[in-house]
Parts: sequence; structure tokens; C-alpha cells
Amino acid sequence: MPSVTELKEMYENMVTARYYEERLQEEYLEGKQPAFDISAGPIPGELHLAAGHEASGAGVCQHLRDDDTVTGPHRPHHIAIAKGVDLNKMTAEIFGRETGLCKGKGGHMHLFDSTKNFACSGIIAQGCPTAVGAALAAKKRGLDSVAVAFLGEGAIDQGGFFESLNLAQVQQLPVVFVIEDNDWAISMPKDRVTDVKDGSMRAKGHGMPGERIDSNDAIAVYEAAKEAVSRARNGNGPTLLEVQVHRHMGHFMGDAEAYRPDDEIERIKKLDPIPRLEKDLLNEGVEQSELDEIRTRSHERVDEAIAWAKEQPEPEPHEALEDVFHNPPEEWVEAANMAAAQEGDD
Amino acid sequence: MTQQVAERELTMSRAMVEAIKQEMDANEEVFVMGEDVADYGGIFSSTTGLLDEFGRDRVMDVPISETAFIGAAVGAAQAGMRPIAELMFVDFFGVAMDQIYNQMAKNTYMSGGGVSVPMVLMTAVGGTYSDAGQHSQTLYGTFAHLPGMKVVVPSTAYDAKGLMHSAIRDDDPVVFMFHKRLMGLGWMPSPEGPKTDVPEEPYTIPFGQADIKREGADATVVTLGLHVHRACEAARELADEGIETEIIDLRTLVPFDTKTVVDSVRKTGRLIVVDEDYRSFGLTGEVITRVAEHALDDLEEVRRLAIPDVPIPYARPLETAINPSAKQIADAIRDTQ
Ligand SMILES: Cc1ncc(C[n+]2csc(CCOP(=O)(O)OP(=O)(O)O)c2C)c(N)n1
Repeated sequence: MPSVTELKEMYENMVTARYYEERLQEEYLEGKQPAFDISAGPIPGELHLAAGHEASGAGVCQHLRDDDTVTGPHRPHHIAIAKGVDLNKMTAEIFGRETGLCKGKGGHMHLFDSTKNFACSGIIAQGCPTAVGAALAAKKRGLDSVAVAFLGEGAIDQGGFFESLNLAQVQQLPVVFVIEDNDWAISMPKDRVTDVKDGSMRAKGHGMPGERIDSNDAIAVYEAAKEAVSRARNGNGPTLLEVQVHRHMGHFMGDAEAYRPDDEIERIKKLDPIPRLEKDLLNEGVEQSELDEIRTRSHERVDEAIAWAKEQPEPEPHEALEDVFHNPPEEWVEAANMAAAQEGDD
Repeated sequence: MTQQVAERELTMSRAMVEAIKQEMDANEEVFVMGEDVADYGGIFSSTTGLLDEFGRDRVMDVPISETAFIGAAVGAAQAGMRPIAELMFVDFFGVAMDQIYNQMAKNTYMSGGGVSVPMVLMTAVGGTYSDAGQHSQTLYGTFAHLPGMKVVVPSTAYDAKGLMHSAIRDDDPVVFMFHKRLMGLGWMPSPEGPKTDVPEEPYTIPFGQADIKREGADATVVTLGLHVHRACEAARELADEGIETEIIDLRTLVPFDTKTVVDSVRKTGRLIVVDEDYRSFGLTGEVITRVAEHALDDLEEVRRLAIPDVPIPYARPLETAINPSAKQIADAIRDTQ
């Protein structure tokens, strides 16, 4: 059982993530109403929200340190927040600003924070091999850091996932794979694309421990992740976890979800992990007023991050030519300098 | 002009779907598979309505496993069926490239002509809506560079339908690359142009025939996909200044219509190649080389506009800067005069 302090930290991460996404949703829809045009409004590009997934990010990352690596999927915000990624810089990135985590080059699906060892990718399951690589580096160097790869239940049909499980197991690497099972891969329900109901069973085929957490419950995730992370940290190899979560929204903003049964949203909102954890906290003797304080504080933090991000400058066009290489060839530097000078003249 | 008289205007997506439907009606061996192609109707509406028409046996949602299902399309095609597999975004080719370029594209040759691979790999390409580096590429050059696949890039509804009929009937693998911005989606407005009259009855457009979109004596713009429309916009602007631009829409990269391009440059002497793909080692270099090989003496001026060899950035000012605009095209044409 997590300590009360830990419970409160998990709660704070979860309510921060939820409110963050509510605010992003508002901002995203600005300029896109009444007619939805994906290229209009203050937030560019696609936006995938994770409302209903918060328990997995909070419960797993509670056991992680800054030097542990996390790779997230295309639905990354709740995990990034729980891993401690700077909220201001992350928000500036989502708004496409120069001071964003990736100087406006990546956007919400491609957040990289090297100080927190966090990355995510828009290519399904492709965070798995790089997480294995981070774990390999830790093992080779004799460090006790671990790597965690998050992915959706739809992603576990991808070859990169299977290959990563096998490599991690055969090399006994400190990796935890965490499947967030929200029953949907865009419009495809799980039972249309796999006959394996429990994704953690796939661990068996690789001789690896696997466990499914059937409830969307942060405490249950915490318990399972505690064992998996300590197994990895103690040199006892990888684990596969699967957490039942729920997708409260469409796959991406703008998805009308015509494929989804009408009553499903109502059903799953009753399984919301946040009120559930709230109840647990109250049972542990935490005052309602303290929960309200945590909530207020997290909302302020989010509002500040969004306000700050919106004040940040957009990148200058010539910056598109920077960062292609860490050690750029001479001709490349010249071309970039020329573009910058030309812009200065305009 | 290849366009025929007809009474209906269709979006590019409707035109593509109509061709697929008619081919499925005509031939039991044609089927579609891909992620979200059934109930969703394709993320970019490339299969809208086909599930209702043909059921799940012929319009198959598949696991997110491009290696398996694109490879399965290759296998089914070699067995004589005519699969259409959708790779949702062309950028995802990486996870399945072996099946694409070592199997789909090479099996005919490596079997000494023993097997054919009559499949269509259709896929969405292009940027302009801030989807960043893993969701905005065109990669025309990559697919056209590797031998054994025919590569098709329509820019209008009329062409999309005719080229899709040809693609499905072709005995070779065809990569059908449709630009998201041209599909006529409610949530991603198209420029003027891709929505055209489309005849109801099936018709084919042969591969390897570029389309002269506009005739002109002063400069030749060679382009494809979205940039056909940007070039037309530039040409309209320049016409007011008295510069007449000839615009060639390549429509297919493999096979490539060298003759139409060379004839045009012989007439105008000025070549501007516009591409939404990366600049180096790609389409622009290829077009210019072909013209140089055949009409070097007529070639007075050459310009190329393309993505300057950087991954597609997310922030709007960055993406806008690297993707050739109508204004940049007009400037380049002016510059050659
Ligand atoms: C290799 C690859 N194939 C397809 C896609 C398109 N795609 C993006 S998200 C998604 C569904 C993912 O479902 P799941 O893994 O269950 O995660 P969820 O979105 O439900 O969180 C798909 C098919 C992609 N990004 N990369």
C-alpha cells in the first residue's frame, strides 16, 4: 500500500493531467468552431487526449526517478506529467513555441525531455526498442536505473513490441512494459484484432512475468508496478503489465466516434480513476479540504503553464534548418546562416 | 485536357471510393484491408461506405501490424487475388518496409517473372496542417527510387478515379499516394481545384501520361499532388503580369512521362520543378536530369523548390517556411524570365 504522502502525490499528478487536458481541449477548439478545421486555432496539428488513463501514468511513475527512462505513446500527457516533465515547456511545445521542449519541432506527440529522460513517439510501439536500449545502457554501465515503455493495447500487435520483449528477456534487461488497455485502437475494438483478452499473457511466450490490473485503479497499478520496477532495479529482468484504462474522448480531437456504442461513455465514466482515488484518500483520513487544496494548486499550475506558453514567441522560419544534425557539416551551417541573414533583411 | 463532360462534381475521396466500389462489384477477387478502413471508412475517407456495401469479409479492419497485413496482401496477390492494402500514413512505411520493397516490389523480378503481385498499396501523404515529422512526409522519391513498384500521385478527383481503376486492374504492385489536403475532407479544407466533374461509369487513365494542366510559352513547371494547385495559383498571378506558365502534373512517377516534360522545356526553355518531398537525391534531381539528357541545349534556366532536407517541423512558421508556397513558386518562375 502506498503511503499517504505517495497517495497524495499520485492524486496530484492525476488531477493535474485531467485538468491540463480539459484546458488543452478548450484551447484546441478555439478557432475550430463551429467548423472544425484541423489547421486552425492556437494549437497546431492533431491532439490525442488521455482522460481516463491517468491511473497508469501516476501509479507506475510513482516508482521512478529522474534517471529512469520512460518512452510514451502518441497519447503522452498524463505520463509526462507523472514523470515530472516541465509543464511550462511542454505546453509551449504543444503551442508550437520557440521555448518549447523541442523548440516547436515536435509538438504534442513527440515530446522529448532529456533532463527527465522522457520521450514519446507517433509511430505505434516504436518506443519499446528504445526503452530496451536505455535499459541495456544501464546494465552495461552497472547502474540501477530502469526503463519503462508505455503503449496501447492496439500497439501490442506490432512487431517492434514482440521483438523488444524477446530481446529484453534474453538479455535480462531492466525494463517494464506497460500496456494501457482502453479497448479501442482508433475505431477498432480489441476483439476485432486479437483473441487474447489479457495482453499481459503475451509475457508467457517470452518466459517473462506478466500481470493484468483489471481495474482502472491507481493503487492496484502502484502495487504491481512496485514489484515490476524493483525486479528490474535488482537485476531480475523485465516485466509486462497491462492496465485496464478507459478512453473518455474520441481517438483524437475531431473524432466524432460514430463507431462507438452510445452507452459506453456513460458506463466508463463511472469507472473514472480520479473519484476512486479520492475515496481512498478520504478513507485514509485525508480531509476533503486538503484534496480541494491539491486540486486548486494543480489547476493554478496548469493555468499558469498555459498562460506562459501563449506568451512565448513562435520560432523564426530559418530555425527549421537548425538541429538536423548535432554536428552539422560545414555546407549545412552556411546554408542555415544564409537563411537567417536573409530573414533579417526582410 | 483529359477531362470529359459530366454533370457531377466529386471530391477526390468520393472519386477514389467509387472506383474501388466499381472494381469490387466487377471482380470478387478485389478486397480492402487496413487499419480503420471498415467502420471508420478510412481516416482520410478513402474507404467510406464500403463496409456497408461489401461486409467485413471484403472490407477488413486489421491489427496494427503493417508487416503482417501488407505482407499478407503480397501473398494474396501472388495467389491471384487483387488486394488493396491501406497504409494509414506513408510515414509508417518504416515498420513494414521489408514487405514493401523486398517482397512486394521484388518478387516478380526475383522469380524471373514466375509470379506477379497485382496489389494496390494506398497511402496518405503530405503536410500543411502541423502534424510534424512522423505524419507529414510525401516520400514520393523513396518509393519511386526503389525498382518494381508503380507509383501514382493524383491531384484531382477525375484523375483519382481513373488512376484507381488502372491501379486495381494492373498486374503489378501500385503505390497509390493521395494527398490528405486534396481529399475534400470536412475537417481539412482543400484548395480550389481537386474537386472536379467525374463520370459515373468506370474509366481508366493510363500510367505514364502526364497531364498538361495549363499551356504557356514562358516557363515549364513540373510538379504533382498538392503543388499542382499551388502552381496553378502562381500561374494565374503571373498571367496578369504577362508571363505564361505551362504546368505539367506528372500524375505517375513510375512510369514517368519524359516526353511531355522534355517537349515542354524545348518550347519554354525554362524549367521549374516543385516537389513536397525532400530536395536531395529525389524527384527534382530526377526531372532535371531527364531534361538535361534530352534537351540540354534548350535549357536556359532551372530552379527547384522542395523541402530543404529537414524533417517536417511542427510549429506553423517552420512548416510553412519549408513547404514550397504559391508565392515562392511565382517568384521562382519570375526569376527565370
Ligand atoms: C506504425 C503505425 N501504424 C499506425 C499508426 C496510426 N495509429 C495511431 S494511434 C493508433 C491506434 C493506437 O491504439 P492503441 O495502441 O490501443 O492506443 P490508444 O490510441 O488507444 O491509446 C493507430 C492505428 C501509427 N501511428 N503508427
